[in-house]
Amino acid sequence: MSAPMVKAERVQKSFGRLHVLKGVSLEVAPGEVVCMIGPSGSGKSTFLRCINHLEKIDAGRLWVDGELVGYRQVGDKLYEQRDADICRDRAEIGMVFQRFNLFGHMTALENVIEAPVHVKKVRKREAGEQARALLARVGLADKVDSYPAQLSGGQQQRVAIARALAMKPKLMLFDEPTSALDPELVGEVLDVMKGLALDFKTTMIVVTHEMGFAREAADRVLMMDDGRIIEEGTPQHFFDDPREERTKQFLSAIL
Amino acid sequence: MVTSDTAEPVPADEIKAIPVRHPGRWVAAAIILILGAALAKSLATNHRFEWGVVKHYFFSDQVLRGLVVTLELTALSMAIGIAIGVVLAIMRLSPNPLVSSASWIYIWVFRGTPVLVQILFWGFISALYPSFSLGIPFGPQFVHFSANSLITPFVAGMLALGLNEGAYMAEIVRAGFISVEEGQTEAAQSLGMTRLLTMRRIILPQAMRVIIPPTGNETISMLKTTSLVSVIAVTDLLYSVEIIYARTYQTIPLLIVASLWYLIVTSVLSFGQYYVERYYARGSSRELPDTPLQRLRRNLRIRHEYS
Repeated sequence: MSAPMVKAERVQKSFGRLHVLKGVSLEVAPGEVVCMIGPSGSGKSTFLRCINHLEKIDAGRLWVDGELVGYRQVGDKLYEQRDADICRDRAEIGMVFQRFNLFGHMTALENVIEAPVHVKKVRKREAGEQARALLARVGLADKVDSYPAQLSGGQQQRVAIARALAMKPKLMLFDEPTSALDPELVGEVLDVMKGLALDFKTTMIVVTHEMGFAREAADRVLMMDDGRIIEEGTPQHFFDDPREERTKQFLSAIL
Repeated sequence: MVTSDTAEPVPADEIKAIPVRHPGRWVAAAIILILGAALAKSLATNHRFEWGVVKHYFFSDQVLRGLVVTLELTALSMAIGIAIGVVLAIMRLSPNPLVSSASWIYIWVFRGTPVLVQILFWGFISALYPSFSLGIPFGPQFVHFSANSLITPFVAGMLALGLNEGAYMAEIVRAGFISVEEGQTEAAQSLGMTRLLTMRRIILPQAMRVIIPPTGNETISMLKTTSLVSVIAVTDLLYSVEIIYARTYQTIPLLIVASLWYLIVTSVLSFGQYYVERYYARGSSRELPDTPLQRLRRNLRIRHEYS
C-alpha cells in the first residue's frame, strides 16, 4: 500500500473546557473515499477542520501527504509553521462547507478563479478557461456570470465544489455538503460528488448522513461518537450488521 | 375543488372599484399648501432678504475661492479620516491587547472632546510645540521646522478634522468588518489565501456595502463641519462671506449665499452616494435597483403609453 494521504494519531482538541476530540487515529489512502457519520457534536466537523489547520490540534499528530499539519519537526523539536507555509499547505486541500460560503460579491466564475489567480498566480485567461470547464463539469455552464444570491442552494454548492477543485487539490474535504439543502436539491450535489469519487479517483473525506451516497461511492465508513471513532467498515457492513449498539441506534434514526 | 361551481363565473376584466376617501390627507395637504404659500410670499416680498445682493455675490471670486477651500478641506479631511479609520479598525480587531487598546484610547480621546476644541488646539499648536524635527527618537535630529511654517491654518484645520473623523470612521469600518460572515474568511483560508489577501479581496469589498452609507453621511456632515475652521481664520466658504459682510454689513444675504452653496454641494454628494452604494450592492440582491435616470425614463415611457 502506498503512503497514506491523511494520517492521524491520537488527535485531541478542546474548545475551552469542552473536550471535542478524544484521540482520533485514522489512515486514508490516496484515492480512497471515506465517509464519516455520527451524531451532531461527536467531533466529525472539528476533525475535518483540523486536517487543513482551520483548527489547531492540542495533542497527537496529523499528517497530510507525509507532512505534519501546522508544525515543522526538526530533530525532536516541533516548530509552529509560519502563516505563509500554512497557506501553501491549505492551497493543496479543497474544502466544501455546509453553508457553501461562496464569496457574495463575485460571480460564479470570479469565485472559481479567485484562488488560482491570486494564490497560485495562474494567468487570468488560463484560469478563466479552466473555471468554465469546471463549471460545465458540475452542470453550471450557463450560470458562470450569476451571483451566488441568484443561484439555488444546490447550484451554489456545486459552484463551491468547482471553486475547491480549481486549485487542483490532492485531497477534498466535505463538511456536511448537503445538510443545508432542500431535499430535492440534494441529489444534484451528490451526483457531482459521486463523479469525483468514481470517475476522477479524488481522495475524499466526507462528513455526511447520506447513507445512499456512502453505499455507492465510499470505500469506507467511520462512525464517530463523543470524540472517538467507535466503528469502521465498508458501507455494506454498516447496512448489514453494525456491531456497536450506538451505531445501530444512530443508523435507525437517520435511515 | 378550490373554486365553487354554483357561483357566477368571475369576470376576467379589470377591477373598477370606488376608492376609499381620505379626508385627513386633503386637510393635511391644504395646511401645507397654505404654509408654503406664506413662506413663498415672505421670501418674495421681505426686502431684507436682499436677493439682488445674493445674486451679486453668488459667483464672486472671493466666495468661489472660499468654496474651493471648503471642498479641498472636506476631501482631504475625509481621506485622512478614512485612512486612520481603517487602520484603527484593524488595530481594534488585533489579538495583541496593547495594539487594540491603543486604538480604543485614540477613539476615546478624539470622540470624547468637541471638534471645535480640537480645531483650536491645532490652531495654537505652536504654543505647545514651537518646532518639529525629523530624526531618530531620543537620538540625532536631521531636519527642523518651525510649527508656524509647517502648520498653516489650513493644515491645522485639515489635521483637526481628519484626526477627529478617524475616530468615527474606525467604528464604521469595524461595523463593516464584523458584518461579513465568518464563513467567508474560512472559505478564503481553506483556499490558501493569506490573511492580508483575505482582507483585501474578500472582507473589505463586502464590508463596503455596510461602510458606504454612513461614510456618505459623514462626508456630508464633514462638508458642514469644515465651517468651524473659520475660528482659526481659514478662508473657507463661511469665513469668506464673513469677511465680506464685516465690510458691507449685508449679513443675511451673504449667509444665504453660503447656505445655498452648502446645499448645492450636499445635493451633489447625496447623488454620488447613491451610485457608489449601487456599485457595492452588486451580488447582494438579485436585481440592482434602477438609477434615478432609469426610473425617470421608465416613468416617461409608461406615461407615453397611457396617453
